[in-house]
Amino acid sequence: MDFTDDQLQRYSRHIILPEVGGKGQAKIASAKVIIIGAGGLGCPVGFYLTAAGVGTIALVDNDDVEMSNLQRQIAHSVHSIGMPKVESAKKTFSALNPDVTIVPLRTRLTKDNIIGVISEYDIVVDGSDNFPTRYLVNDACVMAGKPLVSGAILRFEGQVTTIIPGQGHCYRCLFEVPPPPGLVPSCQEAGVLGVLPGVIGGLQATEVLKLILGKGMPLMGDLLIYDALKTTFRKVKVPKNPSCPVCSDNPVITELVDYNEGYCSLQ
Amino acid sequence: MPDVKAEKKIDIRGLICPYTFIKAKLAVESMHVGETLEILLDNAEASNSIPKSMEDLGHAVMNVEKVNEREWVIFVRKEKE
Repeated sequence: MDFTDDQLQRYSRHIILPEVGGKGQAKIASAKVIIIGAGGLGCPVGFYLTAAGVGTIALVDNDDVEMSNLQRQIAHSVHSIGMPKVESAKKTFSALNPDVTIVPLRTRLTKDNIIGVISEYDIVVDGSDNFPTRYLVNDACVMAGKPLVSGAILRFEGQVTTIIPGQGHCYRCLFEVPPPPGLVPSCQEAGVLGVLPGVIGGLQATEVLKLILGKGMPLMGDLLIYDALKTTFRKVKVPKNPSCPVCSDNPVITELVDYNEGYCSLQ
Repeated sequence: MPDVKAEKKIDIRGLICPYTFIKAKLAVESMHVGETLEILLDNAEASNSIPKSMEDLGHAVMNVEKVNEREWVIFVRKEKE
């Protein structure tokens, strides 16, 4: 890859790193990443991957920006209230780095469209805020063989894990089925410290860059749990479940499922 | 000065750190193992730091020569990918 003078300056601190160099930066520039959710997690993930020079970043979200998002969703502003989140984020990211192609996808993922939506991308990032989407994204990535960097946040705690279909565990190896809607915190109960998605999203973006570069050890086979109140990181081993309903050799789930009813997401 | 033949030459006069090193590093990346890069530069700091950084990356610094009051020539042989 021939860098322009601007690109040499922009990516200089990457190119200096032995693990990146010009060749690694070229890999980053040709990577295509899709981020599910342009909210708390999607904003920092997209921000840092844009800054890093990821060639193409797609953003999937069906919601519009609201005032209550601004406590944590750092790609949006008072000027973008009422605008689709994907358009608001595209504007912010494009201003940061015009090298990056941002693809705004204002849609809700379903069992009928998700495989087509993720098919063009190398890596999927889950920053969704609800269990139906989380399971749909996991199952679709397993079926399509797409690496998935999954993140979740609630109150003062966040989790990150990296799923490489065919190699490590999947989300259903961890939790086979979604919790019943009554056990999921309602909108009134589900607060979140505004800075928490910055920590978790930063970890997700790091995982994505490691996968693109083929360097280091991804969080495969591990669930990383961050407790902001105690300031602790715990790494829990997650073995591949040999009888996992979706990623085992004899899966019982062979078609995608939409779990729609009774869930209330934290918008 | 030993007789060193370079497969590639770059002129990075006028550049300052870290762009001096970045240009040299990208040039080495584009070469084959065993080939030699000749670097012409006029930044005193880089005349010290580039040889050190190249050795840190595992390459061989064949020669560093001050050719006049303000310019240096450095020869680096690529030792690994």
